[in-house]
Amino acid sequence: MDEQEHTLLIEAGRTELHYWKDLWRFRELFYFLSWRDILVRYKQTVIGIAWSVIRPLMTMVVFTVVFGKLAKLPSEGAPYPMLVYVAMLPWQFFANSLTESSNSLITNANMLSKVYFPRIIMPASAVIVSLVDFLISFFILVVLMIWYQFIPDWRIVTLPFFLFLALIASLGFGFWLAALNVKYRDFRYIVPFIVQFGLYISPVGFSTNVVPEKWRLLYSLNPMVGVIDGFRWAILGGDVKIYWQGFFLSTGLVFILFIAGVSYFRKTERYFADII
Amino acid sequence: MNTVIKVENLGKKYFLRHQKEERYSALRDVITNKLKSLGKRVFNHESHEPTIGNASVEEFWALKDVSFEIKQGDRVGIIGRNGAGKSTLLKILSRITEPTTGRVAIKGRVASLLEVGTGFHPELTGRENIFLNGAILGMRRAEIIRKFDEMVAFAEVEKFLDTPVKRYSSGMYVRLAFAVAAHLEPEILIIDEVLAVGDAQFQKKCLGKMEDVARGGRTVLFVSHNMNAIEQLCTSALLLERGVVKKYDADVCSVIKEYLFGSDGETKNEWVNPGKILENPWFKPLKLYLTNEHGGKHDGVFKNDTEIWLQVEGEIKQTEPSLQIGYAIYSEEGNLLYWSCHTDVIEEEWPKLNNGYYVFRSQIPKRWLNEGMYRIELIVALYFKQWLSEPGKNAPSVYLTIQGGLSDSSYWMIRRPGLLAPVLRWDTKNKTT
Repeated sequence: MDEQEHTLLIEAGRTELHYWKDLWRFRELFYFLSWRDILVRYKQTVIGIAWSVIRPLMTMVVFTVVFGKLAKLPSEGAPYPMLVYVAMLPWQFFANSLTESSNSLITNANMLSKVYFPRIIMPASAVIVSLVDFLISFFILVVLMIWYQFIPDWRIVTLPFFLFLALIASLGFGFWLAALNVKYRDFRYIVPFIVQFGLYISPVGFSTNVVPEKWRLLYSLNPMVGVIDGFRWAILGGDVKIYWQGFFLSTGLVFILFIAGVSYFRKTERYFADII
Repeated sequence: MNTVIKVENLGKKYFLRHQKEERYSALRDVITNKLKSLGKRVFNHESHEPTIGNASVEEFWALKDVSFEIKQGDRVGIIGRNGAGKSTLLKILSRITEPTTGRVAIKGRVASLLEVGTGFHPELTGRENIFLNGAILGMRRAEIIRKFDEMVAFAEVEKFLDTPVKRYSSGMYVRLAFAVAAHLEPEILIIDEVLAVGDAQFQKKCLGKMEDVARGGRTVLFVSHNMNAIEQLCTSALLLERGVVKKYDADVCSVIKEYLFGSDGETKNEWVNPGKILENPWFKPLKLYLTNEHGGKHDGVFKNDTEIWLQVEGEIKQTEPSLQIGYAIYSEEGNLLYWSCHTDVIEEEWPKLNNGYYVFRSQIPKRWLNEGMYRIELIVALYFKQWLSEPGKNAPSVYLTIQGGLSDSSYWMIRRPGLLAPVLRWDTKNKTT
């Protein structure tokens, strides 16, 4: 080991000092935990992979029928199913991450009370599992593109940035909910509500342009608005315009939430083992 | 030899909630409590109760002012009764929980083993679980790959490596889990009572492995209730009592003795229930004491050639056919000699018990125990159902000393070798024709 002569100090309220170094040291555990969850996820359910395909596809069909066909909302030049699916990708990723990471500490309570590791690994690895689902769902998008003979323009190369934004948003919320869930156990009833409610107040089934101009900035307070707009802008290209003021507001909020989430998690994790 | 672990004034405070059973709170309760206390303040000015949130909380120091030092290569056995703070100490040293006061300085790479098989997932195969568990215990991937074959051989599960562990027998499961743990090679190893797994043969193997680890010059901290293991493995022992270090000494036997028999004032030969101890709906023990054959009270020092009677007095509050009264007797080194129960005869001969005040008497035969001190712990149980007073856990105890009278022969005046000192019958016959 590289830190053989390293002296570890344990003192009330002092664990921060080695935290980030530890996080690096435990990177393999992070990798193994994600690997375990992915393995278990696709082993346990026979329809493992199918599940991450069916869910967004079915939602896409329903939203296309309701918002596109019945409500006849505009589709910004792209086929309506694609408009929905492109938004569905980051939304599903975000929603899955929230559900998984908020439960991650509770389901691994035993590990928490028996071994030391930087606790933040737990919700973070749960988000990574959702990222794998995201990649599978993304493959369906490629199939959809071929079906509609849709060729994205240069903006597609900016997609990784928006995916990164989605990741930061998921991690930020995930840390908050995971920590709160340990302290207030009834948070597990709140998370599904957030997920369900969020699907309708985020621009998943419709384009952000449907929102009246004067409400746009207020609407952008929803951090997922920036992420979804970014995804549409990068993938659909063409006519899609992005409302930059709102986008920056949204992005800023994502980062603030992330930093606050990490610091709240850090502050509370020291007593996780005592109350879990 | 340099100090590798230095603990100074370590303390850990817990809050005990009396109202709720759960350790966590629900947001719902927090909100309703806040509203209630607000409501009280608004509508009821007279009552000045403390807020509901605090009323039920009590402070409890699991550890208090604990200080000690451990040198490199020391193998320290940590002993103490349940609730003495052993596990809390290990949890702080392995950084699972934070101390409330004080500090610890540790030099070197620490691995702690508070449980075998932490993080094992039933759906994953043996192979996959080895990697996962290894990573959880802090091993590097390369390290796991290097020791993989060794672990598999140790666990004896070669054939089932690619079977999900949910199909393993419990013995295989435990062996695999221990195999991973046994191949940890840290500089400091912290272990909590994990040897108490598997069958006797496997336990022996584990103990052997532990001895290897210990001989390798590593620093080991070891919690156990198994005094034999402590005596065999450790170079020093630390006795915790109610969160405080009672004794820490390189003379392991003296610490074990202190743990089992307490300091001089505490080796009582009579135990009287101070009130609410061992409360249960069936049988409440009230007294435990030793008498001579005539039933007179005794100071607890007997000669080997006298009869000793153990008496248990108590109240039967509810008749239960499976009620069992008995005792466990331990030698000075902490070895359990035997158990004895009033139901050790055929069922037809069990005494008929009704509600009321009873005295149970049992004879410890003369010419039976060796010279030395013994501890007797009360057994009260509902046979195969429930412990009411369990030896080593919550049982009250009395002490007994045997001195002298070891044999009628004038050559055996001192303590005889061995655990017991029975004088048995010998027949001698001259067969020369």
